Amino acid sequence: MYYFDNFLLIVLPYMALAVFLIGTIYRYTNRKFQFSSLSSQFLEGRKLFYGSIPFHWGILFIFCGHLVAFSIPNAVLAWNSQPLRLMILEVSAFVFGLSMLVGLINLIIRRLTTPRLIPVTNKMDIVIYTLLLIQTIAGLWIAYNFRWGSSWFSTILTPYLYSIFTLHPEISAVSLLPWTVKLHIVVAFLIVGIIPFSRLVHLLVYPLDYLWRPYQQVRWYWDRKKVRSTKTPWSLHRPKNT
Amino acid sequence: MDVRSQIAMVFHLDKCIGCHTCSIACKNIWTDRKGAEYMWWNNVETKPGTGYPSNWEDQEIYKGGWEKRNGKIHLKGAGKRRGLTNIFYNPNLPVIDDYYEPFTYKYLDLIESPEGEDQPTARPVSLITGKPIDIKMGPNWDDDLGGSQDFAKNDPNMKNISPEEQEVMFQLEKMAMFYLPRICNHCLNPSCVASCPSGAIYKRGEDGIVLINQEVCRAWRMCITACPYKKSYYNWNTGKSEKCILCYPRLEAGLAPACMHSCVGRIRYLGVLLYDASRIEEAASADEKDLITSQLDIILDPFDEEVIAAAKLNGIADSTLHAAQLSPIYKFVKQWGLALPLHPEFRTLPMLFYIPPLLPVMATVKKVDNTEQQDKMNPAAKKWNDSWLYDTSTDELWGTLDQIRFPLQYIASLFSAGDEEIIKETWKKLMAVRIHRRKVTVGDISDEKAAKTLSDAGLTAETADAIYALTSLPKFEERFVIPAAHREQAIEMMDFTGDTKGDTGFGIKKPVKRGI
Repeated sequence: MYYFDNFLLIVLPYMALAVFLIGTIYRYTNRKFQFSSLSSQFLEGRKLFYGSIPFHWGILFIFCGHLVAFSIPNAVLAWNSQPLRLMILEVSAFVFGLSMLVGLINLIIRRLTTPRLIPVTNKMDIVIYTLLLIQTIAGLWIAYNFRWGSSWFSTILTPYLYSIFTLHPEISAVSLLPWTVKLHIVVAFLIVGIIPFSRLVHLLVYPLDYLWRPYQQVRWYWDRKKVRSTKTPWSLHRPKNT
Repeated sequence: MDVRSQIAMVFHLDKCIGCHTCSIACKNIWTDRKGAEYMWWNNVETKPGTGYPSNWEDQEIYKGGWEKRNGKIHLKGAGKRRGLTNIFYNPNLPVIDDYYEPFTYKYLDLIESPEGEDQPTARPVSLITGKPIDIKMGPNWDDDLGGSQDFAKNDPNMKNISPEEQEVMFQLEKMAMFYLPRICNHCLNPSCVASCPSGAIYKRGEDGIVLINQEVCRAWRMCITACPYKKSYYNWNTGKSEKCILCYPRLEAGLAPACMHSCVGRIRYLGVLLYDASRIEEAASADEKDLITSQLDIILDPFDEEVIAAAKLNGIADSTLHAAQLSPIYKFVKQWGLALPLHPEFRTLPMLFYIPPLLPVMATVKKVDNTEQQDKMNPAAKKWNDSWLYDTSTDELWGTLDQIRFPLQYIASLFSAGDEEIIKETWKKLMAVRIHRRKVTVGDISDEKAAKTLSDAGLTAETADAIYALTSLPKFEERFVIPAAHREQAIEMMDFTGDTKGDTGFGIKKPVKRGI
């Protein structure tokens, strides 16, 4: 059991993180053409609404919730010190989890029942759907059965994740958790690990920089101010834009 | 003054015969690939008609282009807030059925079917699923007013035309139509560029061609909504958007784009325009009735010393300035005021201008007594027992302008945001040129009458001759004045086209496999 836990909670996370880092950097730099969300809305635009919207908003809030519990655990614990606030947090998180599950199921049904989507579905899509489904159900199961997750995440999982990221893995507390929680951790790292091999890369390039970019974009092959300047030695350093 | 150069175009609609040679030239070069089968970067529509994709002009459905709110212009269906919140599901995205499901036929069945009682047939199969389909829609389903009850009647430009006028438009004897070839307008204020969240779409500074960087496109699909002309297309296979590239590899080599080069009617002109980039936003924000004037205002005179000096300061090459001075576009658009942008109310400042068609408009249909004519015919000849005369005589010019066969409002809705006066002015000029030339070549029109029509239209005989020469007699080099791209810059030309045939195109050296 000891070795098994070591593998699942130490070796696998590090493997997943290494694959994620090297894989995404390689894909972003060398396989840029394949960096796409591969939207299929153009082929089927109605059922997607009932899948994509609840799923994406759900996973966005759930992910941010996990991120908050990981980055500011003391604040979460302080928030949870009053039962009413704890209930608000837990219930809203559960609702977003449910929304994610409903969306995911709708997306899977859409894939299976729309013939046009079969040519744009590959094996990796099936792997993603399976992992996400397991992960969502496990998460909801944990939230329902082992209360209150937001509190014990901050006291048990946050130190564990810190220990992973600071390269001093410490799993004595985590290894005592129920197997469903371990499953949730393992699948989470598996998903991180397959990001560079799947369409999930699109979540890394959410175009936030659009917010502070001017609307119109003009690109010049040559530095136009310097091209005609007699001071620029044309033959030696052509004033090319990069 | 921030002078930039732009490759602009003029399509002379009176000369378009609707042969689709341009579409085929474009398809064979650029879009005969998986995922791009449905795309027609160049297409020719019959007007009135719903076009491609269906009803593309109706921005209540597609939410394309810019709209003016509180004195400023905003993207109608995209933009920063909408673009980022609708990224999971774009409510205004057309789907493949709005274009058509691409198909082929199982031709092999004709040869390989076993011997039997019936003739073998080639069933249509979808190019997406590979399964047999019933074809519901295809490119140019409504060509030449076919199915006009379903298509022409639903033309969005009909909304300001009274039901009585519409009734007249669709009487069999009075029906009129013209062709509208469309490519990407390579706008000065492109809404596709503005809508792209990942910044993949850009306008080339040197020649103003709007391109999509295939390596940066992430399939957020906002450009498809934002382009009011629906000239940005989503490749469902590669998960990237694509659009007309104005054959820039050809342009850089001094060749005309394939659609223009192959044009049978020689309707297409291409050349350089100089414009003032610092006034783009101001021009696009003008009131709807002033949009055409404001767009023409920022186009600069290439002979003006000040403009030339400012252009040189901005690094515009002498060869480009020379091309701008010879540009047929400058003549048609600015000097003669004959060419108008398509749907200026979309506020993208398109750089493709159309000379509105005169032919279906100026003719009248009269009821006449044909018996005398028919008696003269050979007894063996087929006699038509109708008494309609399609009359294109130009005697009563201004009279016919009022009794046109095509509601003026229809043309105005296409080319001048509904302003009938602008269309009338253009038509007067086009007609005056014809009357003047008829006087010169046939001589059955009196000098006074020809002179009067010319002065009414604000033209001189010399200008009319110049318009005639550039309309009817231009040589290849006069229709396409392409500035030297300085081939040493055009690295793309080093590629052998055969290597990239059926691929993503020039420039990309990596495998263009679909992402995983």
